[in-house]
Amino acid sequence: MAETAASPTSADKNLAARVSPAKQLAEAFAAGSLAGTVELSEVPFLTMVGLRADAGSETATRLAAVTGGLPAGSGSVATKGDASVLWLGPSEFLVVAPTEAHESLGGDLIPALREALGGDSGQVVDLSANRTTFELTGPRARAVLEKGCSLDLHPRVFKAGTAFSTEIANIPAILWKTGEESFRIFPRASFAEFLGRWLLDAMREYASPEVP
Amino acid sequence: MLLIPCPNCGPRDETEFHYGGQAHVPYPENPNELTDTEWSRYLFYRENPKGIFAERWVHSTGCRQWFNMLRDTVSYDIKAVYKMGTPRPDSSSRATPETGTASTGPDSTTTGSAAPSTSTTSILSTTAPEGATK
Ligand SMILES: [Zn+2]
Repeated sequence: MAETAASPTSADKNLAARVSPAKQLAEAFAAGSLAGTVELSEVPFLTMVGLRADAGSETATRLAAVTGGLPAGSGSVATKGDASVLWLGPSEFLVVAPTEAHESLGGDLIPALREALGGDSGQVVDLSANRTTFELTGPRARAVLEKGCSLDLHPRVFKAGTAFSTEIANIPAILWKTGEESFRIFPRASFAEFLGRWLLDAMREYASPEVP
Repeated sequence: MLLIPCPNCGPRDETEFHYGGQAHVPYPENPNELTDTEWSRYLFYRENPKGIFAERWVHSTGCRQWFNMLRDTVSYDIKAVYKMGTPRPDSSSRATPETGTASTGPDSTTTGSAAPSTSTTSILSTTAPEGATK
C-alpha cells in the first residue's frame, strides 16, 4: 500500500481512497482473533488476473512462460516468486500476486500476460476488484473451516500448496491452503462481509477465554 | 445429499452443482422448417423415465464445466459420468432393469464414488475426442 507522500500525487490520493470489501470488519477481526489459536485478517487489494486458455495450446504455453507455469489439474497451484496461479477449471486459471504487481502501480504482470495472449482466443482479465482475500491461520483454522466446508480438510488429504474452488458457509469461494496451519480464502467482494462475520462466529468458541 | 463425482474435481456435494435436464437432445438441423408442434416438442418435451436417465450437470461452484451423468431416478445411484459430446455409455451391465419394482430402490443410497469414477475412466478412454461439442 502506498503511503501518502509529502505532496501526494493523484495516484496516491486514489489509492488512499480505496476501501477494501471487509474494511469495516478490521476491528472485529482483530478482536475475534487469538494468537496461537486462530487468527483472521483481510489482505486487501491483491492483484488477481483471470486467465482463459485451452490446456496444451500455444496460447497456454505463452501465458505459462509469463507466470512460470500453469497448474495441471484440480487443486494444483503453480508458484513463481511472489505470484501464484490457481487452477479453477480445465481452461481457467486465477493469478494471485501482491498489490504492487498491479499495472496501476507500475507492475508489468498484467501487460505481459496481455501481450502473451495477443490476438488469440482466450482471456486475460484484471479481476483484482472481484474478490478480497481472507487469511485464516492457527492450529484451529482447520476446525473453523470444517464447520462450513465439506471438502476433506484433513492434512493427509488437503496438502499445503493446493487450492480448490468450492463452497464455504454455503457461498462460493476459493480455498487455498498456503501452509500447514494457514489458509487464504477468496470470497467475492459482495460476500466478504457475510463470510467475515460467519468466520468470526465460527472462531468464537476457540478464541474466547476458557470458562472455568 | 448426493455426492457427485465431477470428472474434473472428484466427488463434491450436490449443492456445488446445477442440473441441466435431459442429455443428448439434439438441436434441430433446420429449425425454420419445423412446425410449431415439432418445435414445442424440441423445446419442452423431455423423457421422465423410472430408472436410468442420462442428464446434464454443471459444477457451478467448482470447475464450472458441464458434463453428462447416468443416474437412476429411483435409487439416485450414479452409474457413470462422462464428457459432453460423448455418446451415452452402455449402462446395461450395471443398470437395474427399468421395469424393476421400486421397492428395492429407495433403500440403496448413494455413497462414495468409486464405481462412477472407475467407469468414467474407461468411458473417457474409449470415446470421442474433446473436440466434439455439446
Ligand atoms: Zn468440477
